[in-house]
Amino acid sequence: MTETIGKDLLGLESLTGDQIRLILDTAEPFKEISERAIKKVPALRGSTIVNLFFENSTRTRISFEFAEKRLSADTVNVSASGSSVSKGETLVDTARNLEAMRIDMVVIRHSASGAAKFLADRIESNVINAGDGTHEHPTQGLLDILTLRDRFGDLKGRRVCICGDILHSRVARSNIWGLTKLGAEVAVCGPRSLLPNAIDEFGVQIFDRIEEAIDWAEALNVLRLQFERMTAGYIPSAREYNRVFGISRERLDRANRDILILHPGPMNRGVEIDSDVADGPHSVILDQVTNGVAIRMAVLYLLAGGKPELAEAAKGGSARGREDRE
Amino acid sequence: MKPLLLRGGRLVDPSQKLDERGDLLITGGDVAGIGGQINGPEEADVIDCEGLIVSPGFIDVHCHLREPGREDVETIATGARAAAAGGFTAVCAMPNTDPVTDNQAAVGFIVRQALRAAAARVYPIGAISVGQEGKVLAEFGEMVGAGAIAVSDDGKPVASAQLMRTALEYARTFKIPVIDHCEEPTLSAGGAMNEGIVSAHLGLKGIPAEAEEIMVIRDILLARLTGGHVHLAHMSTKGSVELIRWGKERGITVTAEACPHHLSLTEESVRGYDTNAKMNPPLRTEEDIEALREAVKDGTIDLVATDHAPHHYDEKEREFADAPNGIVGLETALAVVVTNLVEPGHLTFTDLVNRMSCAPARLFNLAGGSLKRGATADITIFDAKARWKVDPSTFLSKGRNTPYVGMTLVGRTACTIVAGSVVYQYLPVQGRTEMNRVRG
Repeated sequence: MTETIGKDLLGLESLTGDQIRLILDTAEPFKEISERAIKKVPALRGSTIVNLFFENSTRTRISFEFAEKRLSADTVNVSASGSSVSKGETLVDTARNLEAMRIDMVVIRHSASGAAKFLADRIESNVINAGDGTHEHPTQGLLDILTLRDRFGDLKGRRVCICGDILHSRVARSNIWGLTKLGAEVAVCGPRSLLPNAIDEFGVQIFDRIEEAIDWAEALNVLRLQFERMTAGYIPSAREYNRVFGISRERLDRANRDILILHPGPMNRGVEIDSDVADGPHSVILDQVTNGVAIRMAVLYLLAGGKPELAEAAKGGSARGREDRE
Repeated sequence: MKPLLLRGGRLVDPSQKLDERGDLLITGGDVAGIGGQINGPEEADVIDCEGLIVSPGFIDVHCHLREPGREDVETIATGARAAAAGGFTAVCAMPNTDPVTDNQAAVGFIVRQALRAAAARVYPIGAISVGQEGKVLAEFGEMVGAGAIAVSDDGKPVASAQLMRTALEYARTFKIPVIDHCEEPTLSAGGAMNEGIVSAHLGLKGIPAEAEEIMVIRDILLARLTGGHVHLAHMSTKGSVELIRWGKERGITVTAEACPHHLSLTEESVRGYDTNAKMNPPLRTEEDIEALREAVKDGTIDLVATDHAPHHYDEKEREFADAPNGIVGLETALAVVVTNLVEPGHLTFTDLVNRMSCAPARLFNLAGGSLKRGATADITIFDAKARWKVDPSTFLSKGRNTPYVGMTLVGRTACTIVAGSVVYQYLPVQGRTEMNRVRG
């Protein structure tokens, strides 16, 4: 089995199935830490991590911050407003300045596709992509997959449909790469104006009608509908979107079997997903959030050089200090 | 001016169906004799052209020299020297400067700067509309009087069909081509690369081939309507080639150019978000390259132009979507064409000289394009076998942004002669004390 995931985590397209399984397996022992009364282990003690968020984010940033703190890293949060970025500093200068402060890792969220790779190519520190434009959001993809694996076990042959705005979704891309590499069958469903023209070359099934997707799928990953898509003219209205593509209890009941419901959040209740579905018995939306912290702990741990087989033991020691003790 | 004797080169001049070994004598800035063995006057400087190709000078009808406005990126002088180093004896400067070259004073400024540079000739192209704003027609007559050889709003498409129609009609008085940058702006808005599987993978907004093709057919139809000469800049798609072929078959006055990068690189170069692979129109697919190569061969695409577009290095050093479009091309064009079109057998050297010298001279009504006795001695001498590694730090252009960095290419300029004067040389001239002297 592959023992490393490389210097950076930029996306799931470039990872192998084994590397993805390695991250998922490493996340397992970390899940338990968050259940403890004292949610802290010293695995990343002494490491400095910068959370560089050029785009607004609540969930992802908090999730990363908890993951870092529960591994005892020292963290600094930088948001675009209130930093030198708002004074016109370029990304490359920001990167060089961070590097000059001798940090160990950067978690970056940026509105430009490729921004994480841009940074990774220019600094020695490990870079984790926390969402770059409409490219990838690998930790979200991983936490979605971990949540599916919790329910399904092996994902081989399992049918997962990603619903909504695939064209602009980094979550969709990371899910498509990750799931297909683990042998799942993947489909997408959404208005054609929100699917990439080349979607048929992704090796996924395409459903034009949500009813067909529900008939087929064992799990639906329902994407958030960004409201700027209406002003940009991709679709006419949120109301019509709900009527044609919304996931409702009524539509799910017609399938006559249990379908797992995921949503990367934040939800627009009554638009892409109805409340009784989001809050219903087959929704794993909050499990996704819980798994998010474990996945991010696993990624941080592995990039810091931690050995996956020692993840259990690392809960009591330091990844970076491990070499000294051996 | 001393006479100049080019001895023993392979003379390739499609204008007189010539491809044979022989001498060429220049006196008084003109070709005084060509072919066979010439015993020049005693005082003549001699250039040994053994193993080299001697051809009419290359002419680039499409480059951006950035002056006035962005002299930090390129000047007319550095651009003209880079052109000479690339084997170009003349280049045409696009008007998207700051301020825009949309009046006779601005055109005259470029003419004067070019004379001072004394390297390759620089011909100004005037704007189609005042300020390139696509609203009011610029003064074609006065600009032509000051030295403009064509009009274009390049960098921006002419969105209004009515303005394009008027420009094509009005330009007929002055017998100049109207060059269009074909791009349907609502379809391409926000696009950073070709729309296709790679843009879908990278999460970059794509520009579909149709954004170009819609304007190509519009312009061809307007040329039919008006009888004007439309020249289509930087064609990049298979569909455009088919539409141009359709227009030419019907006798419509449409001409077109393709750039070396669209003839050699695909959208795959963008993977990894390399901003040196970002240009407009974007790099397309293998299928498009094949169609373009075929079209250059059969003349559907009349000529090769560089779209030389220098940028300051740190302007390209940023997020892909925010990086500016364009690459430098003057100093790599010859080698890219030799390496990607001649070496694999798509073009002969006669074809190459036709597309890079004869056709641009003829279609844009410029001096050069021929080595006939009495013609102006604008001459390119190049080594078709020389292999060299592209190192942007050696460019005479101020621009360094090229996707060919580090690649080994075949073919390089040995000497560039404008009106009988050597403006660039990479080889010794007998009788001269200064070696490798670059004038200007």
